[in-house]
Formats: sequence, structure tokens, C-alpha cells
Amino acid sequence: MGVLDRTVPAAEPVAEAPSLVTRLHGWVVTVDHKRLGIMYIVSGILFLLVAGSMATTIRLQLVVPNNHLVPPQVFNRLMTMHGTTMIFLVAIPILFGFGNYLIPLMLGARDLAFPRLNAFGFWLFLFGALLLYFSYLAGDGLSGAGSAPDVGWFAYAPLTERPFSRGSSTDYWILGIALAGIGTTATAVNLLATAASMRCRGMTLGRMPLFVWLMLTSSAQLLIALPPLTAAQVMLLLDRFLGAHFFDTQAGGSAVLWQHFFWLFGHPEVYVLVLPAFGIASEIIPVFSRKPIFGYPVMVAASVGIGLISISVWAHHMFAVGMSPAANSFFIASSFMVAVPTGIKIFNWLATMWGGKIRFTTPMLFCIAFLFQFLCAGLTGVMLAVAPFNWQLTDSYFVVAHFHYVIVGAIVFNIFAGIYYWFPKMTGRMMSERLGRWHFWLMVIGFNLTFGPQHIAGMLGMPRRIYTYEAGRGWEIWNQLSTLGALFQAAAILVFAWNAIVSLRRGAVAGNDPWDAWTLEWSTTSPPPEYNFATLPEVRSRRPLWDLKHPDDPDGPYE
Amino acid sequence: MSEDSDTSDTWTLPARGRAGMVGLIFTETSFFAIFVVAYLYYVGKSTSGPTPAAVLHTPILASIVLLSSSWTIVLAMRALRADATGRFARWWLVTFLLGGTFLVLTAREWARLIGHDGLTIATNLFGTTFYTLVGLHALHVTVGLTLIALVFVLTLRGYVDVRHAERTEMLSWYWHFVDGVWVIVFLTVYVVGR
Repeated sequence: MGVLDRTVPAAEPVAEAPSLVTRLHGWVVTVDHKRLGIMYIVSGILFLLVAGSMATTIRLQLVVPNNHLVPPQVFNRLMTMHGTTMIFLVAIPILFGFGNYLIPLMLGARDLAFPRLNAFGFWLFLFGALLLYFSYLAGDGLSGAGSAPDVGWFAYAPLTERPFSRGSSTDYWILGIALAGIGTTATAVNLLATAASMRCRGMTLGRMPLFVWLMLTSSAQLLIALPPLTAAQVMLLLDRFLGAHFFDTQAGGSAVLWQHFFWLFGHPEVYVLVLPAFGIASEIIPVFSRKPIFGYPVMVAASVGIGLISISVWAHHMFAVGMSPAANSFFIASSFMVAVPTGIKIFNWLATMWGGKIRFTTPMLFCIAFLFQFLCAGLTGVMLAVAPFNWQLTDSYFVVAHFHYVIVGAIVFNIFAGIYYWFPKMTGRMMSERLGRWHFWLMVIGFNLTFGPQHIAGMLGMPRRIYTYEAGRGWEIWNQLSTLGALFQAAAILVFAWNAIVSLRRGAVAGNDPWDAWTLEWSTTSPPPEYNFATLPEVRSRRPLWDLKHPDDPDGPYE
Repeated sequence: MSEDSDTSDTWTLPARGRAGMVGLIFTETSFFAIFVVAYLYYVGKSTSGPTPAAVLHTPILASIVLLSSSWTIVLAMRALRADATGRFARWWLVTFLLGGTFLVLTAREWARLIGHDGLTIATNLFGTTFYTLVGLHALHVTVGLTLIALVFVLTLRGYVDVRHAERTEMLSWYWHFVDGVWVIVFLTVYVVGR
């Protein structure tokens, strides 16, 4: 193409390391999906460190009864910013960063469908995130009330209406998240268009890697589920600035409508996050079991099934609101139903490992821990979907334990698995297996020690979101174990960060295909050139690299 | 499954612009749906007047104007695909004028509601939901008109011909979507909500 030719310099001068400014400038103006993917992942990890220290502070505050490490107002801000950051600024950017980086490579394409839209989405996300954090400096507004948002990540109206939430902190929450959300929507559209229009020759829908399928389901879900949040935020903004009455109960507005809109976003959001995490596991488990994924078509059907059903389960977050018995029954039934395809997936992963020649590398270890922990999360999830049980334990630490088993035990563990697995592709160097094992074991012990005891604290009646508690209710030991676990996790994250930094400089050189894997990203160099593939590949089965390595025994006839 | 059928020369995929526009329309539909739900949820819940029955007049002329612009943009697209740039420019201008007329009519309706009937976004729940839903649609019309105007200026300068039919068509898809939303808004606000 003529456009490309113009950018090629006439004669390459002697290779000289470009200055720091030139290199940074290159990152800022890039529209390369690989660089943007890495920027998504790196900014996600930086926010993980921030929100992780918030979580550690929360755990230190709760380690003993009547503790005064942080005042209640600060605790509320920590809790709000921890939740908001982890969902919107950690999980989403890291997972969509993986999607950004991997989908064109896995589909044998040279970039996403709309590279500039991709850059636009990233910068919108980053500045939305910075706007949210700017509230620490400017959240006071004119009335001098509050700094960062303190309304919980769910920001229930009418408590977020002007009379109850003064100052500007809630406005920063609304605008920061809405901006980041528009950026994420742009990325989701981009990923869908890429899979629709950019697949290489022979890459039929039935041959797409499962990671791509799951990212697509997740993106489609995001397109349905994020607008309710943005719409509700627009309504809240109109209430706060123009005197509208959407959530103003004195003028007939509803105190429950926000909850419906929020959870219409909030519950699918869990699946938006967990489906890409499933996708990571679906790539890693087969490679390290040396077997093709068990039941590929069923895995695809189950993923799309989860995507569809999970749109109709939102009000299981609202059993305590007092809905009609008919509504309660509907949401109980739909929540049970979503467990079915999820269970199918767990069995398929197990069946993939069954009889395989398993290699216990760090990515595989994280995936195995994910299987067990996600099973726990699923079981407590089914328990909480039973309305009478839910009435007993709603807003208790049992719920906190449940969703951290999903978000940390499943999503974050698979994110780590994905980083260990694709780090060699992204940087050209292997991460240290020894430090990886330290990271893994500290993380498994720390995670289960933090959130396991919270199930019990919750059943003993400890409510969530409290900044402190009285002695003598039997909660002390569980909180102390929990805090101890948090310290283990903090150590694990530090080991991980150290591993990443050291491996980037001194890790073993990876080569194109260090794991002997089967998807297209491993057929190009590590890191891949800007154009990904010198000649676009042609695919004849779900495991194109297997076909290439074993021309005598290709997959095609068996699919 | 035949192994070679899909690796032959017939490997074609949908254009990326179409896929992207479908995605945008999909997510916008979800966005509008929430405002429609909020409108319907709050029908009759206002604690004070004015009520929809008392102040709303069915905007028949505005609806005819807007919906017919969908027809003129189809005629414009046909002309562009036939490389009849002059005819394209004329129908494109008509589309722009029809859309602009719709906005003017909406503005006059709002001026009457605010000035004469005293209904603002802060008056009651009806005002809140009415201005939000109708305003959100009008905002989309404005965005569409801006893009249509842009293409019109480029056409006058001679930059648009049959090679741009695909991209221009995507804009026409967006315009059809905005018109389709008007049908829903019309039914919600002026039929069901009254």
C-alpha cells in the first residue's frame, strides 16, 4: 500500500539505540495492537499495585477489634477505590490487553480492524483512570466535603444524590468510569470486527482458538451490559447537576431503579471478566497436557450459553431488596441455570488433562489452582443464589469471600497464568520458573488464607464494609488469619514484580515457540515484528502449528 | 467437512466497516433501551404537573420529515453506487435539510414546553424522563447531521465518488438506526406514555 511505503526511510543509517524521548514518543503515538496491548497490561498491573496496597491497608485495619489505623471516612474511600480500581482499571484493561495483543496474532492478521480506534480506546481508558484518581486532589469541590469517592463501587443512588454526597468525589467516580467505559466499548467493537473481518485464509469460526471465542463472547456481552451503567451514570449526573429526579425519592423517583441498572451491568460484568480468563485457561491447559482441548464445540456452545444466560441473572444481587416471589423465583432459576454451562467447562478442562502428559510449569500451576478455586466460587455462588440462604448471608463477609474466589481465585490467577505463558512472546525472554514457583505458592497460600476464613466470619455474622468491629463475637481469629494471608499475597505480588523486571533484562532467550504450542502467535518471532507475519498464514485445522510440525499426522481429518 | 473448500480463492469475509457499525448499533441499542425502560417505569409517577396528556402534541410533521430522510438517503446511496455524484449530492442535501428540519421542529416543541407550559428537566419526573430520552435522540440526530454535512462539503469539493460508497453507506446505516430509534421514542413518549 502506498501509505505504508512513504513511512519507510530511504536508507537505514547505522543501527543506533534511539534516545529515551524517541522511544517514549514511539509508544505514545503507536497504533500497533501489540504495543497497545502491552500498555493496557502494564497500566493494569500498576493499578493492581495501587489497589492491592489499598486492600492490604483494609486488612491491617481489620486485624484487631476497635482498630484505629485509618478513620472511617478514609476506610470508605479505600473500600470504594479498591473495588472500582480492581474491576475497571485492573481486570478489564489486563484482559482486554491480552485480547488486543493476541487476537490478531491468533487469527493470522496484521492488526486489529481499526488500529486508530484502538489507540483512542486506550488513551480514553487511561485518562478516565487518571481522572478518577485526580479526585484525591480535587474531590473536595467547593464545599470542602470528602476527597476520593466513598460511595462503594456500586454507588447506590439515592445515597449518591447531591444532598447525601456533597463535594465532587461522586462526579469524579461517574466521569472517570464513564470515560474508561467508552474506551472499553470501542475496544470491544474493535475485537468483534477483527474476528469478523480479519481472519486469515482457512481460519473458519470453528477453528478459532478458544481464547478468541471467549474474548468475543465477552466483548458482545460488554456491548450489552456496559450501556446500562453508562446510562444510569448519565441519569445520576443529570440529577446532580441539572436537578433531574431519576433517583430523587421525594419527587417520586425510585430508590431501587439504580440497583437494577447497576446490576444489569454488574453481574454480566463478572462474566465479561471471567470469560477471557476461561479463554486463557483454555489455551494453557491443552498445551501443558499435550492434548487438544476436550470437546471444542461444546466449549464454544457453553461459553456463548454463559454469555446469554448471564444477562438475565442480575437481580440475585437484590434478593434483600424485597422483590416479588415471582421475580425472586425467576432470578433463582436463571442463576442456577448459568451454573450448568460453567460446570460443563470445568469438566472439559479436567477431561483435557485426563490421560495427558502434564507439564507442571508456572502457567499450568496457576491454571490448576484456578480450577479448584473457581469450583469453590461456583459452589458458594449456587448457595447464594438460593434466596432464603441469601437473606441470611447477604452483605456479610461470606459474599466478600465468594466474589473474591471468583475475581482473585479465578480471574487474577488466570491473568498470572497468561502473563507467564505469553511473557516470552511479548518480550522475547522467559520468566524465571524458580521465582514463578515462589510466586505461585505464596499466592495460593495467601489467597486461600485471606478469603477462606472470610466464609466463616461471614457465617458468624460479620457484615461487609464495616471499618471496625467489637471484640468477643468470635470474629477475631478469622480476621487475623485473613490479614496474615493478605501479607502472603503482598509478598507474592512483589516476587512477581521482581520476576518480571529481572526476566525482562536477564531472562533466558525464548525463541519463537518455547512451550511447543499450537496456535498461530507462536509461529512468528518473539517479540513479533510490527507486521506480525511476513506472509499471512493459511490454516487447515484448530492447531495450525501442530499441522506444521507433524505433516505426517495433521489434525484436519479428525475435526 | 471438505478440507479445501474454504482455503480456495473464495475466502471472503464481511467488510470491517460493516462489522464495526453493527457493533456500534448493537451497543447503542442497549443504551437507548435503558432510557426507554426508565421512561416507561416513570410514566404516571410524577408527583406534580404538567402531565404528558396536558402538554404534549403528537409531532406528526417532525416524524414524517425524519422518516422520509431515510428514504432520501437510500436514493442518495443508489446514486453514489451508480457513480452519479451530482444526483448523490442533491439527495444528500435533501437528507440533511430534512434532518435539520426535524431538529428545528424539536427545538420549537421544547421552546413551547419550557416557555409556555413551564416544563423543564427539573419540574417533575415527566420532564426529567422526557427531555432525557428525546434529548438523547436529538443528540444522535445532531451527530448524524454533522457527519452528513461533512460528507456534503467533501462532495462539493470533489472528494467523494463511487469508491467511497462503502464508507458513506455505513453513515447511512447509522442514519437509519437513528430513524428507527425515533419510531421507538415516538411510540414510548407520544403513544404509550400519554
